[in-house]
Amino acid sequence: MIPLGHYLIVSAVLFAIGTAGVFLRRNLITILLSIEIMLNAVNLTFVAFARQSGNLDGQIVVFFVMTVAAAEAAVGLAIVIGLYRHRESLNPDAFASLKW
Amino acid sequence: MPETLTFYALSGLAIGASALVIGQRNPMYSVLMLIASFGALAGLYIQLDAPFVAVAQIIIYAGAIMVLFLFVVMLLNAPQEDAAEWDRSHPLRPPVVARFGGMLALLLVVQLAWALLRAGGLGGPVAGLGDADVVSSVRELGRVLFTDYVFAFEATSILILVAMVGAVVLARREGD
Repeated sequence: MIPLGHYLIVSAVLFAIGTAGVFLRRNLITILLSIEIMLNAVNLTFVAFARQSGNLDGQIVVFFVMTVAAAEAAVGLAIVIGLYRHRESLNPDAFASLKW
Repeated sequence: MPETLTFYALSGLAIGASALVIGQRNPMYSVLMLIASFGALAGLYIQLDAPFVAVAQIIIYAGAIMVLFLFVVMLLNAPQEDAAEWDRSHPLRPPVVARFGGMLALLLVVQLAWALLRAGGLGGPVAGLGDADVVSSVRELGRVLFTDYVFAFEATSILILVAMVGAVVLARREGD
């Protein structure tokens, strides 16, 4: 049997990769993808704990996380499209001004 | 031990693909790598007796959200970070700011490892308490979702509606 701790370690590594992506990458789309990685790492933790404790609440939370992720991706990508129209760039450093 | 082998293969695939997501220069490849990572995670969910979550992961995440990302990457048609930017932002050749970000990520790894090592009771098998039939039952999942969590369910439907309207308004061309 696989110990619970192994799932948590995988989840922690995935979350750290997502964090590193948000900090290190300079591309708005890749930053949004890194946020998706982090959400999935948390989902894995929820499912592992749901399996261990033997009730379904963790899996229910995963569905809500997926819904929120879908809404976040839709609005986030709409904002990215709007920003790209203004600046012709996906580098977040190009959007340093509060008004243009 | 086929179960253990499957676990390590799937988690290795998930971690490797996720690392490639942030290591890729072209967002198109990043999105495709993330789809591979989500597929591996769906395999892990099946191993955790959560088949419905695994199917939802494939259909919603890999099917819907990632297609949305791919669509935007193709629509913007600005796939590559230019070379100078890449040199500045590559994790292996970082300037001070990126080094600071990398330090923060490393700090997070250390903190998470420390927390996991200190927490007791993680050595037990993941299938410790629960009955696999209860956890993997779609019928039971639907019952809980539409009774105990019905308010949250309706709230998310309003959230989706608001997000749809917001996306349409934000992505609209000015003057239309």
